[in-house]
Amino acid sequence: MTEQSPIIQLENIDVIFEQKKQTVHAVKNVSLDIYPGDIYGIVGYSGAGKSTLVRTINLLQKPTHGNVVVKGTNLASDNGGNETYISSKDLRNERKKIGMIFQHFNLMNERTVAQNVLFPIAHLKLSKEQRQQKVTELLELVGLADRANAYPSQLSGGQKQRVAIARALASEPEILISDEATSALDPKTTNSILLLLKKLNVELGLTIVLITHEMQAVKEIANKVAVMENGEVIERGSLLEIFTAPQKQLTKDFIDTATNLEDGLRKVQNQTIVENLQSPDVLVQLSYAGSSTDEPLISTLFKDFNVSANILFGNVEILQNTPVGTLITILSGQSTDIKAAIASIEANGVKVSILKGALA
Amino acid sequence: MNWITKTFPNVISLGWSTDQGWGLAIYQTLYMTFTSAIVGGILGLIFGFGLVLFAEDGIIPNRPLYWILDKIVSIFRAIPFIILLAFIMPFTLFLVHTTIGVNAALVPLSLGVFPFYARQVQNALISVDGGIIEAAHAFGATTSEIIFKVYLREALADLIRVSTVTLISLVGLTAMAGAIGSGGLGNTAIAIGYNRFQSDVTLVATLLIIIFIFIIQFVGDFLAKIASHK
Repeated sequence: MTEQSPIIQLENIDVIFEQKKQTVHAVKNVSLDIYPGDIYGIVGYSGAGKSTLVRTINLLQKPTHGNVVVKGTNLASDNGGNETYISSKDLRNERKKIGMIFQHFNLMNERTVAQNVLFPIAHLKLSKEQRQQKVTELLELVGLADRANAYPSQLSGGQKQRVAIARALASEPEILISDEATSALDPKTTNSILLLLKKLNVELGLTIVLITHEMQAVKEIANKVAVMENGEVIERGSLLEIFTAPQKQLTKDFIDTATNLEDGLRKVQNQTIVENLQSPDVLVQLSYAGSSTDEPLISTLFKDFNVSANILFGNVEILQNTPVGTLITILSGQSTDIKAAIASIEANGVKVSILKGALA
Repeated sequence: MNWITKTFPNVISLGWSTDQGWGLAIYQTLYMTFTSAIVGGILGLIFGFGLVLFAEDGIIPNRPLYWILDKIVSIFRAIPFIILLAFIMPFTLFLVHTTIGVNAALVPLSLGVFPFYARQVQNALISVDGGIIEAAHAFGATTSEIIFKVYLREALADLIRVSTVTLISLVGLTAMAGAIGSGGLGNTAIAIGYNRFQSDVTLVATLLIIIFIFIIQFVGDFLAKIASHK
């Protein structure tokens, strides 16, 4: 990727709510750079501050401290502790460059699909034909061209979210904020919405900020991930980095919700073959990312080392076109052969951890 | 015909276009109801919108303004209407230069109905999903766009419903306005029917009021149904 400047810059963002009796520090000193074309996933449990954080991007939530810069325009600036904001007139213009979709869609119930979609560009004073064309164009983009005159109450959840996406794109923004947009949808609909977002990302070059508590959603389409807890970003990186080398326990927990590795591990441990593991056999977990999966690893174990591998659990994901996998297998053979086999596997860039048994 | 003159002698003798006739009474009730509905309605809408927009979680929060509106509504709401009639007489005199008759009744009727309506409008507007308002903000809508294109439009069916309820209770208030010589069907029922022991007059006046209220309810329900797409 060529060097370019971020489309969204959040610098040292603090959001503090002063309530009657207590002060809530919802976002603590968070800095985030989001580049054009990114699908930036922000994950965390509810209450982690992720919604509050992304709402500072379009100033739906004014940060208490920190700088918000979108496409080079300062929306909020911290002048030595004295926070200033863009004028409300300019803010309205800037907001038109940032689309947003919500968990509960937030469509206007008393307006048709077409009227909802046109709402953000009502100020443009388009002719009837232009409006018609715009609606058709947007609804075709989200695959709902035939429902222009329906009311939201006549649509399913997934269709409502499609309308919401069309509405968010009406003013041709370069940024789309998705606030738990798939959390109220069933898994199948979730997937179709995620695929739509991915398509918009590729075809329109749309930068997407995706907040969710579902790692599955992030895994599906994001290229970068930040994990939030208690108002702080505790870990961030490319999707691949986060998935292959998570540092924090929370991150690992989140990843597990998407891969079910923990669950697989537990089930494997309960199998009689594992319970009755004979020395020198060992139960190992093989983790790999990228090219090393191209090697016919398992077959070489037997051929070259006379070690047989009994695969008990396997999980392979394709993240950003890179295969990432985990295998839990029993390696059995002579103890020296097993040692040599493991050394060879590690030499191939695969991480080996022994779950049960010991190398002599 | 013979049966009618026998059963409702006083109803017939009141006549239609005499100065206590049915025609005038019906006209006075309609006149009082709709004129004070317009004045009280506009006041109620302004106050109702104000109570939502200036509230702490409203789109233009303003604590002092909210406090003032809230207290005015509460105070007027607390005064029983029959007392309000007497209580605001100096104000009525100042405004319409008379303290009796149908025009004098318009002032207390408007002031009596507006706080009731304001609270109802407030409730209708509050029920507009905050997420929809937030979305409008996110798309760069102006304050007036949010008021007229979002709040008003989204709450329209509810506003029609509360207007219907308000209009019906306003008809009830016009009956009390007879106490200051406003005329109208309520006055006919009490001052003529009840006080002169002419029960047939009371009965017919009551029936006419009921019919009037049914028509309001029917039209209101019909309009609310058209307006609602939830």
